[in-house]
Order: sequence, then structure tokens, then C-alpha cells
Amino acid sequence: MRRYHAAVWDEPLVMEMGRPGRRGIVFDEVEPEVRDAVGDPAELVPAGLRRAAPPELPELSEPEVLRHYLHLSQETLGMMGVSLFGTCTMKYNPRLAWELVARPEIAELHPEQDDETLQGVLELVHGLDLILRGLSGMDRFVFQPGGGAHAAYTHAVITRAYHAFRGELAQRDEIVTTIQAHPCNPATAAAAGFRIVTLPLEENGYPSLDALRAAVSERTAALMVGNPDDMGIYNPEIQRWVEVVHAAGGLCFYDHANFNGVMGKLKARDLGFDACMYMLHKTFGAPKAGGGPAVGAYGCTEELARFLPAPVVVEEGGRYRLDRDRPDSIGKVREFFGNVPQLVYAYTWSRAMGAEGIDEASDISVLLNNYMEKRLLEIRGVAKSHPHLTAPRLEMTRYSLEQVEQDTGITVVDFQNRMADFGIDAFWLSHEPWLVPQPFTPEAGEMWSKEDVDEWIDVLAHVVEEAYADPELVRSAPHNQAIRKLSDTDLNDPANWATTWRAYRRKRPPSDGSSGDGAEPTEDWAKVAP
Amino acid sequence: MKAHPYMPSSTPELHRELLSAIGAPDIESLFVQIPPEHRLQGELELPPALNSEPALRRHLLDLLSRNETCERNLSFLGGGIWQHHVPAIVDEIARRSEFLTPVWGTPSSDHGRNQAWFEFASQLGELVGMEFVGLPVYSWGCAEGHAVRMAARLTGRSHVLVPRRLGPERLAVIRTYCGSVELPDHIELELVDHDPATGGLDRDDLRAKLSSRTAAVLFENPYYLGTLEENAAEIAALARAAGAETIVGVDPISLGIVAPPSDYGADIVVGSVQPLGVHMSCGGGAGGFIATRDEERYAREYPTLNLSIAETVAGELGFGIALFHQTSYGLREEGNDWTGNSVYLHAVANAAYMALLGPEGFAEVGRLIVGRSHYAARRLAEIDGVRVLFPQGFFKELVVCFDDAGATVAELNRALRERGIFGGKDLSVDFPELGQSALYCVTEVHTREDIDRLVDAVSEVLA
Repeated sequence: MRRYHAAVWDEPLVMEMGRPGRRGIVFDEVEPEVRDAVGDPAELVPAGLRRAAPPELPELSEPEVLRHYLHLSQETLGMMGVSLFGTCTMKYNPRLAWELVARPEIAELHPEQDDETLQGVLELVHGLDLILRGLSGMDRFVFQPGGGAHAAYTHAVITRAYHAFRGELAQRDEIVTTIQAHPCNPATAAAAGFRIVTLPLEENGYPSLDALRAAVSERTAALMVGNPDDMGIYNPEIQRWVEVVHAAGGLCFYDHANFNGVMGKLKARDLGFDACMYMLHKTFGAPKAGGGPAVGAYGCTEELARFLPAPVVVEEGGRYRLDRDRPDSIGKVREFFGNVPQLVYAYTWSRAMGAEGIDEASDISVLLNNYMEKRLLEIRGVAKSHPHLTAPRLEMTRYSLEQVEQDTGITVVDFQNRMADFGIDAFWLSHEPWLVPQPFTPEAGEMWSKEDVDEWIDVLAHVVEEAYADPELVRSAPHNQAIRKLSDTDLNDPANWATTWRAYRRKRPPSDGSSGDGAEPTEDWAKVAP
Repeated sequence: MKAHPYMPSSTPELHRELLSAIGAPDIESLFVQIPPEHRLQGELELPPALNSEPALRRHLLDLLSRNETCERNLSFLGGGIWQHHVPAIVDEIARRSEFLTPVWGTPSSDHGRNQAWFEFASQLGELVGMEFVGLPVYSWGCAEGHAVRMAARLTGRSHVLVPRRLGPERLAVIRTYCGSVELPDHIELELVDHDPATGGLDRDDLRAKLSSRTAAVLFENPYYLGTLEENAAEIAALARAAGAETIVGVDPISLGIVAPPSDYGADIVVGSVQPLGVHMSCGGGAGGFIATRDEERYAREYPTLNLSIAETVAGELGFGIALFHQTSYGLREEGNDWTGNSVYLHAVANAAYMALLGPEGFAEVGRLIVGRSHYAARRLAEIDGVRVLFPQGFFKELVVCFDDAGATVAELNRALRERGIFGGKDLSVDFPELGQSALYCVTEVHTREDIDRLVDAVSEVLA
């Protein structure tokens, strides 16, 4: 087993560092000509709006700030080991793009520059649009949504516009989804004003066509669904689903969050979908950064393209421009036209991979997942969801540690904590609601080697052995991190939560640290998958 | 065929080894779940692979060389993305692989990054004068959209008042977030007029439109057109008297010299994080925040992830997620709006930026910006036919009107571009009542010489 220990710096909070009078950066003096022309700059702010007391920020020199944040980076495991976080498809982020996005030709561009001065960016965006069209069969993509959930929201808003355009919106107030769809699908549809109909899973791991038929009606505005789901189960009836929803007058949205297992293997449009979404920060090699900046690339058919958020990049005779004049557009879901650095990453990754590389990446994802499954199921107490479904899963499989938990009391959250002691980033559990007890969902993707995957499995097997032999060692983990695990303080209690230092100093939670009946903070933590 | 450098398992031998380990005849047999009729027919139509890094780099550099930058040119564009100085160490910190590449670990293994996020919230809270700060959202406009929806839930009302000149980008986002009139929970957005002289809200119009139906009054400091709202306290008091929430959008880089919104009665503060150490990146620098007093009724309506300080079993300070169960991760469609990927890396850059500036840095940069922007206003107004519409009471952006100079903004900007200058954003389409006007942005990166160069160029073009 590899030995690992995080850096421990006991790094103080920045608000407690420094000394009065230190400076981390100084700016120019106001020029005499400026002062002569305008007087004392401080008096240019209307008297009633001047700041009376300075903000209580730390006073630090430049090297102190640098070392502080470098220490914090070292106190972050941050995928320096192996990270098999299912549904998030952890990928290699090409450092070629990392180098290029820092150049002024990307970093120092303003989105309102004249199109003639942005020809390189616009050509790249158009090129990425064409690549995604090639992979999906859709007619046009936009990159304005700032993440996968935001792309789902964009679809809900386009659904509004589509039915309003046809005069049917008041009648069509329902969006159908499944219990295995990512929570952002029902959540964004509800935020857009729709009622949600959620289909449960049946014996074969996906909802039945009969259940869908019963749910669909003249009230149906759209279907929002992923395939495969994050148990690696592919719904083979999906074309029939699309037909049923279309026959009822609804739109069909393919949440391609789990694209890695099917990329290069099928196209959303061929299956009949009207729109789809790719997460460029996962599937297309842009970095995750613990939660963005991200891009939910949203693509749709020509029929829906009129409703896309503006502006849209268009090519005319080898020149590129931002088309802002789109009268039927939904308007905007975010300012400007997208997280351009992430588009550079995605374009770089896609061009480096090419069609063959992308096809091989999904081959490897599925191959490694099935290899993992074989080895994992040999470990004591590890089971998989829907074990009666024997067909190979796609790029991930949902497992359960219920048996281990029943035998030893050790939970999946304990496993996350203990595996991190060996340099393994936390595995993904499952979205709410947990359909499988004590779930975990690793995904190998294509960037990890067989040696990495073997190491990951060896660590899991080792922790299972520890759970049976010395459960307290696992329950009290982690032992090799910058800090120990959180106490059971209830962070849903206003007396305890503090999102700022000022709030914390005011509240100072009781030193016994046990003031609530809420879930353990580490369990809430583990249910987030940005 | 060569193994692909991004894929360690891209060798035929390894494929065979893995297949043999699982007892599968070939890779195709692993895709048996997908019906043949679903499978791709024919080839993928993608551009040829460029898996040679030198070739790919050349291609990308060729694309990038077709961009003209605000570094080589002198740019006065603002209006939602602004050119500010990004300190060198902020770039190093935000590009660290431990911050840049990962997804989500445990509170212990993510400890350093969590501390950086907490320091973002804590320092931003000091700037805006609020004790509860969520992790960032996509943009200023998205923050306003969420804030409007928070106010509707808080008050049970569905009417909000926003300034007519909110700026086309942010206003379009808020409109989207307010929903459709045909569906439930639609929020009615009503625009409040501006005082033509000061650019502030027309308080008579506000009074006339404010009622017991109003969930929120939203205003900004500074507004899209650059002016500061001098009557902020009075507007907040009017809103409060009507039982409405006061939402204030701010540019945080102004807050070393401009009063924090908590001083004049804001309930929900929103704004952009981009000025705090994030490059413009053609709009990719956008990011927003939401902050309030640390009161339960507000905290329970946040749609964001909220990182709280928490002690460990050993009494160390760590960080956990507060109020997880009200998010869409916890409650699906019953959660507050939705929660997902955002711009959390910006929070790391912001934390380092605020720590570098400290109280004196914010005061200094604020004075520099407000001084130079007013210098630009004075100098531009000296040109024949050029007027500055709101010649005082603004922060870093000013409206310059060329109606009396007989030139359109489009013509002027074309001529300036030939001289290596990106003129201000053309306002004539979005604000026709302002005539041929442009929004000029002046920050700490613009020296007195830069402004003089602009003035000379404008004079020359208009002569």
C-alpha cells in the first residue's frame, strides 16, 4: 500500500494574519494633472455614500499571501492521487490549453469587442459547435450556460418559449423525468415554473414504457432524461420513449452528463431527441476546479434554434460574428456568451482526440469499468445494484457496502475518509434519494491507467479488511490529512453555522461541539457533486 | 497506431490484457446493452485529430493570433466585464493543479481549498458589510435573478421593481429567472424610471409603483451607466415600509471608498466577483455572489452551497456544508432553485486578491479609479460637441454623448480602432433616448497618459 500523508501546515485563517500597515500590492499615485483637474478623489464619492470605517481585511505582504495560499493548495489532496468520482468523469485537462488560456489573446479579451477583433475566439467557438454537432447530430450549440444544471435550465426555458410560441404553454405545465435523472433536471424545470412528474425505476433498472405512457398527456411540455443512468444501465426503449413524448406534443431533452460511455457510439439526434447537453468541464477535458467555471454546452435541432439564448456565433464566408438579433430568442441565461477559457480546453481536447480517440476513450471507459467491477465484486461485502442485470454496465456501476455496514458499522462516508489516507480522493456515493443502501459509484474514465485502477481497488479492499479487523481505525479516519474529521456539530442550526469569520467570532459554537440532532456534516458534504 | 498521450490504456496489449481479465471476447461485447439500431451509422464527422502537441499548439496559436487584445490596444470597454489589474501571484494560485483540476473530496482532504473558499466569503463579507455569504453563482445577473426569487419566497409576493437602465445583459437574465406569465410562480418585473439629471432612481415613479404586492426593490451602486445611487437609504426605507426586500447590486472594487450596502439598508447584496482578480477572458471571467445578514429567514432561502466553519473531533477548525438539505442535491424540485457547478475557482482568486489589497489597497485603488474616471470625464467634455451625461457622482464608468459632434458611436469607434483604441460600448441601440452615446470604463490600468491619448484621438477623429 502506498504511504501518503497530506501536508500539515496548521495554516491560520488569513483574517488572523498580518500586521497593521503591511501592503500586498500598491497602485500608482494619482497623477498631479488628475488631482488638479478633479480635486481630492475621495471627495468625488457623494458625501452620503462614502465609506466611514475601512473593511476589516488582513494586512499582509505579497510573499505572505503567496505562501499562505500555496500552503492551502498543499493541504488539498486535489486529484494528486487517484480520483474515480462517478458521474463527474474525471479527465486529463490538457496543459497545452492551460498555457494558452493564460495568454492575453484569451485572458485580455473583452466580450463586447468588435467581432472583427475576436475572429480567433469566434472561429474556435464555431469549430467546437461543429464538433459537438458531429457527435450529437444536433443543428446548433450554444455555450452560455455556466454548467450542466444551467444547461438543463436553459432547456426548461426553451421549452417555455417553444410552447408559448405555439400558444400551448398554459396547458403544458408538466415536465417528466425519472428518479435516476440528476436532481438538476427536476430542480431547474421547477425553477422555470413547471410541475414535475418523476417516474420510478422498475425491475430492469429503468422506468417502464407503460409508466411513461401513463404519465404523458396533453399537459406534457418535455421529457428530461439521461441515458445511461449513473448505475451504468442503458434504457434500450429510449427511442420508444421519445416517440411517446413527441406523440403527446412534448419535447425531449437528453442530459448527456454520462456521455463517456456512449460517445462516438450513438447520436442524440438519431434517437429522436430535440436537444442535448454536454458538460465540457467533465467530458471534454476542461478542468472541474471543485465546481467551475464550467460550461453546459446546449445543442438543439433547427426547429428549436430560433429560441436559443443570444448571441449565437455564426460563420459567413469565412468570417465570424455574434448574431444578437434573434427575435424569438429566450434572451439570456447568463451575461455574454460563455466561459471562453473552458471552450479553449474543450476544443483543444477534442482536436487532440479526434474521432478515433473519442471512440477509443469510450471503449476504454467501459472496458476499465467492467474490469473494476470484476475485481470489486471479489471483495468481501461489496455488491452491485440490480445484480440480476448481468449485461456489462457502461462507464460506471453503482455498488453497495450495505453488508460491510451491517457487519461492522462502517459507512461509505467512513470509507471516503479512510481511503483518503492513502491518497485516494473521495468516491461519489449517489444522488438523493439513495435507491441502494450505502452506495458508491466509481468511474474510471480513460485518463487512469490500469495501475491506478488497481491501486484504487487495492485500497478499497484494504479498508474493507480494516473495517472487519479494526473498525475504530476506520471510523475515526482520516488520520493522514491536514485535519481530522468534522465533529457532529449540526450545521443546519443557526446557532452553529458561520459562513464568514465575523459570524463565527460572534457565535463561537459550544466547545463540546455537540449541539444538534442534524445529520453529521460530513454526510451532507458527501452528497454534493458539483 | 500510436498510443494516445492522454490515455494510459491506449495500447492494444493492455486492451487484450483487460479483456482477458474479464473474460470478454472483444470490446464490442461490452456494449451489448445498446440496441444495434441505436448505434452510430457510418463515421463520426469530426475534423482530423491533431494529436501531435506541436501541431496542435501551432493551430491554436494561429487561431489566437486572430484576436486583438486589450493589452495591445487601449480599451475603454466595461459594462459587466472590466479590465482591472490581476496581481501576478493571483494567477499562480488560481492555476495550481490542486485547486484547478479536482472535483470534490472530503472535508479533510479538501481542507486547504475549503479554507480558501471560507476566506473568500469572510473577506467579501467585510467589504459588503454582511455576515452570511454563499459560494459564488454564475454571474452578477444570475445573482440578481436568484435574489429576486429569494425575495419572492421570503415575502410570498410576486412583483419586483428594477431600474429601467439595469443594463441589457443583466436585465435579460433577470427576465429569464422571473419565469413565464402562463406558468405558476411567475414574477412580474416592473421597470422604474431614472432621474434624467443624476441617473439615480426617480423616487416619485418608485413610490407610484411600490405597493403591498412588491416583493423587492432592486437597485445598483454603481448602476450599469456608472452612476452611484445617492438616495440609497431613502429607497431602502421606502421598500422596507412597503414590506419589500431591498436588493442592492455592487461592484466590490468600489467598496474601499464607497459605503457598504449594509450601511444604507440593503437586505440582499449581490454583485460581480470578476473585478477581484479575475481576467476578463472574453466574458469567461463573469461570476456573482449573494450576501445577506446572518439571519435564518435569509439563510434558508439561499440556492447556493454554503460553506460553514466547523470544528473537527480534535478541535481544529475545518469546514462543512451548512443547509445542504434546502438545495436541489437534497430536495430535487423542492429545493431552492438549483445548485450545481458555478465559478468556485474564482473564489480562490478573489480570496488571494482581497488578502493582497487589504483595507488600504481597496481605498487606494478606489481613489485611483474614481479620480482617473473623472479626469477622463473632464477632458472628454472639453472636446467640441462631446458631452458627459452624468458628469459627477459616478465610479468608473461614464456616459459620453457624441450627438452634437455629428458622429455616430459606430463611426467613431471604427476610427479609434484604427488608432489602437477600443472605444466605449455603443449605447445607441439599447438606450436610444441617450442618442449617440457610449459607455466608457476607466480603471486603475488606465494612466493619465492613456486618457490623454484617448482624448487626442477622439478630437482628431471628430475634427
